[in-house]
Amino acid sequence: MGTDFVVLSLVPLAIGILVCVSCALLGNFLVLRRQSLIGDAVSHVVLPGIVGAFIVTGTVAAGAMLLGAGIAAVLAVLLIEIVRRVGRVEPGAAMGVVFTTFFAAGVLLLEQSDTSSVHLDVEHALYGNLESLIWLAGSAGWAALLDPAALAALPPQLPRLALVTFAVVLFLLVFWKELVIGTFDATFAESVGARPGPVSFALIVMVAVAAVAAFDAVGSIIVIAMFICPPASARLMTDRLVPQLAWSVVFAVVSAIAGYVLAGYGPLWLGAAYSVSAAGMIATVAGLILALACLAGPRRFGTRTAARRRRPPPRRASHHQSSISNSLQV
Amino acid sequence: MSTPTLIADNGRTLGESHPDSPLAVNGLTVSYGEKPVLFSIDFVVPKGAMVAIVGPNGAGKSTLIKAALGIVPRIAGEVTVFGAPYEKARHRIAYVPQRASVDWDFPATVRDVVLMGLYREIGFLRFAGRRHRERALACLERVGMAAFADRQIGQLSGGQQQRVFLARALAQEADLYVMDEPFAGVDAATERAIIAVLKELNGAGKTIVCVHHDLATVPDYFDHVLLVNVRKIADGPVATTFTSHNLQATYGGRLAAAHVEEVAVGREAAGEGR
Repeated sequence: MGTDFVVLSLVPLAIGILVCVSCALLGNFLVLRRQSLIGDAVSHVVLPGIVGAFIVTGTVAAGAMLLGAGIAAVLAVLLIEIVRRVGRVEPGAAMGVVFTTFFAAGVLLLEQSDTSSVHLDVEHALYGNLESLIWLAGSAGWAALLDPAALAALPPQLPRLALVTFAVVLFLLVFWKELVIGTFDATFAESVGARPGPVSFALIVMVAVAAVAAFDAVGSIIVIAMFICPPASARLMTDRLVPQLAWSVVFAVVSAIAGYVLAGYGPLWLGAAYSVSAAGMIATVAGLILALACLAGPRRFGTRTAARRRRPPPRRASHHQSSISNSLQV
Repeated sequence: MSTPTLIADNGRTLGESHPDSPLAVNGLTVSYGEKPVLFSIDFVVPKGAMVAIVGPNGAGKSTLIKAALGIVPRIAGEVTVFGAPYEKARHRIAYVPQRASVDWDFPATVRDVVLMGLYREIGFLRFAGRRHRERALACLERVGMAAFADRQIGQLSGGQQQRVFLARALAQEADLYVMDEPFAGVDAATERAIIAVLKELNGAGKTIVCVHHDLATVPDYFDHVLLVNVRKIADGPVATTFTSHNLQATYGGRLAAAHVEEVAVGREAAGEGR
C-alpha cells in the first residue's frame, strides 16, 4: 500500500497541491480586482503558444512553452486592440472573440500535429493529465524520498511547479504593499508612486506563468477554477486580506487532496470500474467548497449592511442614521 | 483647433517663474478619445492658499487634478510642484481621490487604509511596524475615527469613509493637499470635521486644493477659486472672482439666475473683507 501510494499517488497529489496553491494565491488579487476572467483569458490564449512551441522545438521543455505562451499572449493583446478599434465593439466582446479563437486555433494545431510521443493532445489540453505523472523510481516506497537516484527520476513537473509556487510567494512578498494599494485604490497608488500599472502587468505575467506551469497537471480549462474558486470562497470567510489568503490556501489544499482521492477511489466505492479525471474532480470539489461558503460563510450573515441596520454601535447610533439618510439623498 | 502654446513667461521655465507655487500648470490639455476634456488650462496655486475648483458636471474638474498629478496622461502642458517636476516633488503632495472611486468592500480595516498613506515612508520590501501603526492611529484621532481603527471599511458610513481618506492624507505629512470632492455625500458632522482639519492644516501653512461642488459654501470654506468648464473661466481670490458674472459664464444656462445671485460674492459679502 505504501509503495503503491508513493509510486502512483504521491507525486500527482503534490503537483495538484502546488498547482492549486500557486493559482489560488494569485487568484485572490484577480478576484479583488474584479479581473477573475483574466485567469480564464490567459489560460485560453496560451494554448496555441504551448502547442506552437512544441511544434517548433519538438519538446515540452518549460522554457520553450513559456516563451510560446508569452508570444501568444502578446499577439492576443494586439489582436484585441485591433478588433476593438476596427470592429468598434466593446472591449469585453473583443476579448471574448480573441480568446475563444486562440483556444480553437490551439486545439486545431494539436489535432493536426503529431504529438503522440508526448502527453500533448486535445484531451490533455482540456483536463490535464495529473494521474499520469507517476514516479516509477519510487518503487522503494517512502525510502525512495531519501534516495538521490530515485529523486532525480521525479517527473520534471514537480520541481517546476515547486519553483513556480516559490516564485509566486516571493512575488507577493516583494510587491505586497504595491499590490494591495494598487488593488484597493489605483489612482492613489499612482499618486504615491506605487506604480499600479507595472504591478498589474506583473500580476498578469505571474498568472500566465502559473497557468502554463499548471497546464501539464490540470489542462488549460480547469485551471480557471483553481484561480477563482478558493479565493472566492475565502472572500466569504473573512474581512481581512491576510486571513483571506490563508483561507484560500487551505481551500486549495483541501480541493487538491479531496479531489484527487475522490477521483481515484470515489467511483470504485460507488461500484464503477474506472476512476474519473482528477483535475475535473479537484475543480468540482473547489466549486462545492465555494457553494458551501456561499451558504454558510460568516460573511453570508452580513458583517456590514445587515449589522448596520440591526444593531448600530450604541454611541454613534444617531450619527449613523443621519449619515445614511444623507447619503441616500445625494 | 489651434495647438496650445507652451511658452512660459519671458523664456523662463514654468518652475523658474513660479518656484514657490505648490502647483503651477501651463497649457494643460487632456482629451479622452477625440473629445477634449480640458483645453489649455493655465493656473498657479498660491502658496498657503485654500483653493476651490468649481464647475459644472463634466467640466473636467477631477481630470484637471488627475492630469496635474500625472494620474491621467495629458496631451499637452507643463506642470510643476514647488518649482520642480512632479516626479521629484511627489512626496510633498497628498492626493485624496473621490470616495466613490474605490470598492469599500475591500478586505481591509480602517487602519490598513491609513497605513497606505505611509507607503513611501515604510519603503520598498518593508512592512508596517508598531511605529507606523501608532502614526496611523494618531491621524485617525485627528479626524475623530480612532475608535474605528479595527473596523472593516465597508461597515462605515459615507462620511466616515471620507474621514478615513483624510486620515490617510494626513499620514503623508504633505505640504499640498489635493482633494477630489471631499464633501460629496457626507453628513453634516463629517463636513464640519473635515473643514476643521483643513483649516487647521491651512493655518499651519499647508496649501489645500479641493474640487468642490457646493457653490453655497465656497465663500465660507475657501479663499481662492478656479472656475473651469473645459477651459479656464476665471481664477483668483474668492472675494473678487466668485461673482455672479463668472458663475454664469462657467455654468451657462445650467444654473438658475436666482441661485447665482444667492451664492455669488455680492456687494455685502465682498465687503466682509475676507
